[in-house]
Amino acid sequence: MKASSRRVDGVTILDLSGRITLGEGSVVLRDQIRDLLGKSEKKILLNLGDVTYIDSSGIGELVSAFTTVRNQGGELKLLNLTKKVHDLLQITKLYTVFDVKDDEASAVKAFAR
Amino acid sequence: MTGKLPIHLSRQGQRSLRDAEVRTVGSENEFMTLERVSYTLDSTLDSVNKAEQTAEALAAKMPFEEEDCHRIAMAVREAAVNAVLHGNAYDPKKKMTVSFENTGDSLVIKISDQGRGLRDADIPDPLAEENLLKQSGRGIFLIRSFMDEVKIRQLEPGTEITLVKHIGQAGTATEERQ
Repeated sequence: MKASSRRVDGVTILDLSGRITLGEGSVVLRDQIRDLLGKSEKKILLNLGDVTYIDSSGIGELVSAFTTVRNQGGELKLLNLTKKVHDLLQITKLYTVFDVKDDEASAVKAFAR
Repeated sequence: MTGKLPIHLSRQGQRSLRDAEVRTVGSENEFMTLERVSYTLDSTLDSVNKAEQTAEALAAKMPFEEEDCHRIAMAVREAAVNAVLHGNAYDPKKKMTVSFENTGDSLVIKISDQGRGLRDADIPDPLAEENLLKQSGRGIFLIRSFMDEVKIRQLEPGTEITLVKHIGQAGTATEERQ
């Protein structure tokens, strides 16, 4: 998995691509979130538009990122889910847990000021 | 051909996945009906990836929709992770066995480990409110969601999980414990 971050109006957008699975993207995602929180960047938008595959470990990592950011007083939202990822979040009942957006501009505006 | 026993007995048996890539399954370069292949693999993440890739390749040679091929591959990945990580705990002395059988009307996949065994108490409901935000515990649930039949059998030692996907049937997952 590849990850790169950019800042838009005080929100850190993490563009992820590839697979978020055990032994591949899960650790990368965890490290990225830890780094952002270490820099007090607590408004995080995960852009999953180029994520091709997530397994249960990857789902767990998304949940962990969500709760870790929230516990530190921040917000984490998801952007641009593919159909496969959308379906996975639906059947695991996580779709309603996450704040899922499909438009970057409105997603950025949705973060608390 | 449905209902007959596998006839390609010479193609049965265990082999190393490295030595038996998918292209060697059958001289016709296809996973034809009534064939079974079995692999014995080390307890590594590399084995998990290979099991997943083999599942997707073999399913693609059968008349499954692309989405079903993806679901089969993902179910195999989850079962292989359970075997390697939770079952064998990456122990180099313990092996994972993966077999694929095309019965003519279904793809039957068996994955076994030599670990401490999978008990009912080990499988919480990931949809329960108290478990919804837990980091792990969704693997078996996803397997059940993606396959038509799932059977878990205790070995001495270890666990065998059987995954079945029927051709041309949008079945509801059923489960049996033995």
